[in-house]
Amino acid sequence: MRIYPIIIEILQIAIVLILAPIFIGWIRMLKCWFQGRTSAGLFQPLRDIMKLFYKDVVLAENASWIFRFTPYLVFSVTVLAGGIIPILSVDLPLSATADVIALIALFAIARFFIALAGMDIGTAFGGMGSSREMMIASLAEPAMLMAIFTVSLVSKSTSLSQIVQVITHTEFILRPSMAFAILAFILITIAETGRIPVDNPATHLELTMIHEAMILEYSGRHLALIEWAGMMKLFLFTSIGIASFFPWGIAAVDNMFQLPAAIIFMAVKFCIVGIVIVLIELGLAKMRIFRVPEFLGSAFLFASLGMISYFILE
Amino acid sequence: MNFAAQINSILAALILLTAFGLLVQRRIHGLLHLFAWQGVFLSISTAVVGYTAGAHHLYISSVLTLALKVILLPYILYVLIHRLQIHKDVETMLNVPTTMLIGIALVIFSYHLTSPIRELSTLVTRSTLAVALSTVMLGLLMMITRRNAVTQIIGFLAMENGLFFAATSATYGMPLVVELGVALDILIAAFIFGIFFFHIRTTFDSLDVEQMAKLKEED
Repeated sequence: MRIYPIIIEILQIAIVLILAPIFIGWIRMLKCWFQGRTSAGLFQPLRDIMKLFYKDVVLAENASWIFRFTPYLVFSVTVLAGGIIPILSVDLPLSATADVIALIALFAIARFFIALAGMDIGTAFGGMGSSREMMIASLAEPAMLMAIFTVSLVSKSTSLSQIVQVITHTEFILRPSMAFAILAFILITIAETGRIPVDNPATHLELTMIHEAMILEYSGRHLALIEWAGMMKLFLFTSIGIASFFPWGIAAVDNMFQLPAAIIFMAVKFCIVGIVIVLIELGLAKMRIFRVPEFLGSAFLFASLGMISYFILE
Repeated sequence: MNFAAQINSILAALILLTAFGLLVQRRIHGLLHLFAWQGVFLSISTAVVGYTAGAHHLYISSVLTLALKVILLPYILYVLIHRLQIHKDVETMLNVPTTMLIGIALVIFSYHLTSPIRELSTLVTRSTLAVALSTVMLGLLMMITRRNAVTQIIGFLAMENGLFFAATSATYGMPLVVELGVALDILIAAFIFGIFFFHIRTTFDSLDVEQMAKLKEED
């Protein structure tokens, strides 16, 4: 039993837990700067989570075990997903347990339980949010799988660690299939993580909300866990994107000396992704919910074109 | 794959993307821009093929494409839609996702259709033939699904783009005389379309070709 991969694994989970709120803080800070406001700082989301942990939980009288169980399940599933995606190094013992398809299934479990919990209390908002979330999920998941299959076709594997190794070690070729897959992946990430133009993460109590509508009844540590998991979800989707499309800089197997460089590469990539997200959010307005099928339909189109052009053009 | 072939396949992918964009774009200004971009990619692709294959007459085709399909035709259409005052129109389109799915099916069909040619051909550009055929098919699909006369013309011109691309990728382009003839045809066609738009509008007070169903006898 070698100790080095286990250290990497623990380090990575710590990074996911701590950096996910900081990444959200970075996005909010950039957005404030672009809009000419003063920002609350990088660590505000982290402070918000800590504050929520001190607060009492208010439970509805008719809340069942699903409602109390969901935050813990969602949080642990997300942390588990964080242990699988190579962020710093491909040397992850957990990455052998699940490939990308299983990873998407993990996120689907979390979504399933959040949707159940949204309906559990019986408020109008909860059920509405759940049904919207499920509509988006049913359209986003096929597109996500198609995009992932395109990457898997190029790298001949569905394991993310393997994909990273193959892409970093083969000569770079301009591939139209990968370009299409990136486009599809960006659209899906926006829809899955509930960013503008699909959902607005900054609103509570608005008729158009999706994710917030489901978790409206949560409070205290339950809310903290769900919010934290939501932040990690954005972080992890970004990591999946980086690992499958821009993996250069992620440390190779058993190579301790690449780690400092890997950390710098990771920081730079996440900063750039933050800027891109903010530019998208500032440039677009939230779309009507009946436009979302078209939005995700075009994501599916890009993903399928990517797959087809792998066969046609390469 | 050498570098020029990579560039060429990226351009082919972009042409395919603009063809899909034309299929689902609602705004008429957006359509014109997409059409012009398709011409730009087509022109660059022709030049790249001419460079790799050493077929220098393709440079002339490339310049011709740039002049005609990127500058002149979009300009004529631009003036037309401003004269007709439909430049701010948003076309009603039913079921965009279904149209996209049919489009994907057409691409797969074209790939299947051209795969025997791909086996036989030895040209660098043989793999882009499927994209060319699907651009033709998508233009046709656009003419079927749209109801506005101007949009149908853009679909027709996109089909012509696809044919031109097919000629470049299958045989390194048609003889120059043929290409010049086609270019002249397109130009004349654009003028005739322009006259027809005005006639359709004065007769029916709209450019919606569904209105022409009124022409049939009542029974």
